[in-house]
Amino acid sequence: MATRIDRRMAKLKTEGRPALVTYFMGGDPDYDTSLSIMKALPKAGADIIELGMPFSDPMADGPAIQAAGLRALKGGQTLVKTLKMASDFRAGDNETPIVLMGYYNPIYIYGVDRFLKDAIASGIDGLIVVDLPPEMDEELCIPALKAGINFIRLATPTTDDKRLPKVLQNTSGFVYYVSMTGITGSALADTGKVAAAVKRIKGHTDLPVCVGFGVKTAEQARVIGANADGVVVGTAIVNAVANVLGPKGEKTADPAEAVATLVGGLAQGVRSARLAAAE
Amino acid sequence: MNKPATPNSFRTGPDEQGMFGIFGGRFVAETLMPLILDLERHWNEVKNDADFRAELTDLSTHYAGRPSKLYFAEGLTRHLREVSSAKGLGGGAKVYFKREDLNHTGSHKINNCLGQILLAKRMGKKRIIAETGAGQHGVAAATVAARFGFPCVVYMGATDVARQSPNVFRMKLLGAEVRPVTAGHGTLKDAMNEALRDWVTNVEDTYYLIGTAAGPHPYPELVRDFQSVIGIEARAQILEQEGRLPDTIIAAVGGGSNAIGLFHPFLDDKEVRIIGIEAGGRGLDGIEHCASMNAGAPGVLHGNRTYLLQNADGQIMDGHSISAGLDYPGVGPEHSWLRDSGRVDYVPILDDEALEAFKLTTRVEGIIPALESAHAIAHAVKIVPAMDKDQIVIVNLSGRGDKDVHTVASMLGMEI
Repeated sequence: MATRIDRRMAKLKTEGRPALVTYFMGGDPDYDTSLSIMKALPKAGADIIELGMPFSDPMADGPAIQAAGLRALKGGQTLVKTLKMASDFRAGDNETPIVLMGYYNPIYIYGVDRFLKDAIASGIDGLIVVDLPPEMDEELCIPALKAGINFIRLATPTTDDKRLPKVLQNTSGFVYYVSMTGITGSALADTGKVAAAVKRIKGHTDLPVCVGFGVKTAEQARVIGANADGVVVGTAIVNAVANVLGPKGEKTADPAEAVATLVGGLAQGVRSARLAAAE
Repeated sequence: MNKPATPNSFRTGPDEQGMFGIFGGRFVAETLMPLILDLERHWNEVKNDADFRAELTDLSTHYAGRPSKLYFAEGLTRHLREVSSAKGLGGGAKVYFKREDLNHTGSHKINNCLGQILLAKRMGKKRIIAETGAGQHGVAAATVAARFGFPCVVYMGATDVARQSPNVFRMKLLGAEVRPVTAGHGTLKDAMNEALRDWVTNVEDTYYLIGTAAGPHPYPELVRDFQSVIGIEARAQILEQEGRLPDTIIAAVGGGSNAIGLFHPFLDDKEVRIIGIEAGGRGLDGIEHCASMNAGAPGVLHGNRTYLLQNADGQIMDGHSISAGLDYPGVGPEHSWLRDSGRVDYVPILDDEALEAFKLTTRVEGIIPALESAHAIAHAVKIVPAMDKDQIVIVNLSGRGDKDVHTVASMLGMEI
């Protein structure tokens, strides 16, 4: 069963360019502002949306996304509201794929079966759950696949050739290659090494491979996009929101506009990626 | 929760997936997964390796001072018999203390650190990281890092850095770098998040020396095995000193390493009642406690499924305890399983009750117990007067209380 992610990736392949995958934190700094950011993303050139589910203890995230999560929780965001946000977005856009990204505990507490049912009803296409490696596939990955939701796995520099097949086994939608060993928002790794890693993963799977962690600028998106099927940007977007918030969290400019400006530039980057590669 | 069927033995866990029933597991980012599998491989190699065991035993004996004594707490026993008589019961069991406070560095934490530093050495690691709450584990980790020549970084919540300054100074003297963590409430939970972030960044050369029997498999198992020396010794010592097993054993549970260390060798002795003490803080009605097994629910944090303090949305709460060592919103997964299986009873003790036990033990035994251990003693104070005189209770005196005198002084409104 093809999902919106599969269809979008196939379409971009015919266009001959990588996908721009944009992460933002659901509910940061409040529900309405966050929904306006979400709606602005496709218009600014995002191809796939990663909707961040805030968690109190994000052990794989750097300071920027930690702070965004805390702002969202303080603003009253819950998993119920994050699902509602997807659903509200879907009312005006039935094409752009939505991937929920976060940690397992809120889903576990919500209840896996109930969560999958509500996620489908809200128009969710895929899941990235950082703390569910293949060893824990019975928890959510297998039930999600049965329910028709893509379970997108992270592959990392520590995932060697011997382990890759296990990581790829139940992965669908795309593979998310984490460009370095570290937390979100760190400096971008050696782009030559990243390109080699993407090639290595593609030797094991026909799935698209998107690269994230450390991509912040249009130029970086262009360079990474030359070899990858998609480029994921998260921390830079979260920072664009933080930058227009005052010391008490008050808005000093429109966060959706700030995000749209950034994403517009990134979209130019991915659109020139293959041109650059051909040079 | 559904109560699992009673197993033939309570000592066979975890299974190959690192599970104790539904608890435990390996809920970590993919970046860490190969490291955890590598650790498991090395752990399986050394756990029955005679040379490894011999080296650990030698260090435990000559460096840490093991075996720790099993001490008949005559002063406390006499006091509790007087309490019993005053109530017209005429009873009062004999109370023994397992003296982990007499170990090098002043607590049971050294048992685990010695085992893990030998493992790190075998794995060819070059750098040690650790998390700490009260600083007891941080001091023990910094100690073994100094002894074996490893650079060591200790993550400690900024709140704890402020309230445990003597231990911060000790760690620095020992050559460790103490990194204060300002995220969250700046306590043990946040320190553990930051240690995991360091590990995920420095995967090549770093060994994460976890301080308690929690985290992803195989940590809960290996920490338990290194701490089980407590229970193995206590069991042999009581048989030698009293000619029989105790009726009740008691230990305080934060993450639960001293408790599982005492409990595990007794789990299949069905006649021995086992009681774990959680930090009841200011009471279980509110949120100012750390009684995850009495007032929490199963969830996933820090690599394992276990009982956690959390809200209806699955967000982890910050607990409260007078004792920084018990100030953690979760608990080791084996305790969660022992709770649900009914083998171990977990009961809360309030801040005030622990403080009274701290003062009482100091006065009638001439021993200043750690506030963590004072929670376990406080429960003995509650139950011993109603027991018979020929009954025996062992309390794990997991650490000495010198580190806590500032906290106690401020609780009592004194300046020192």
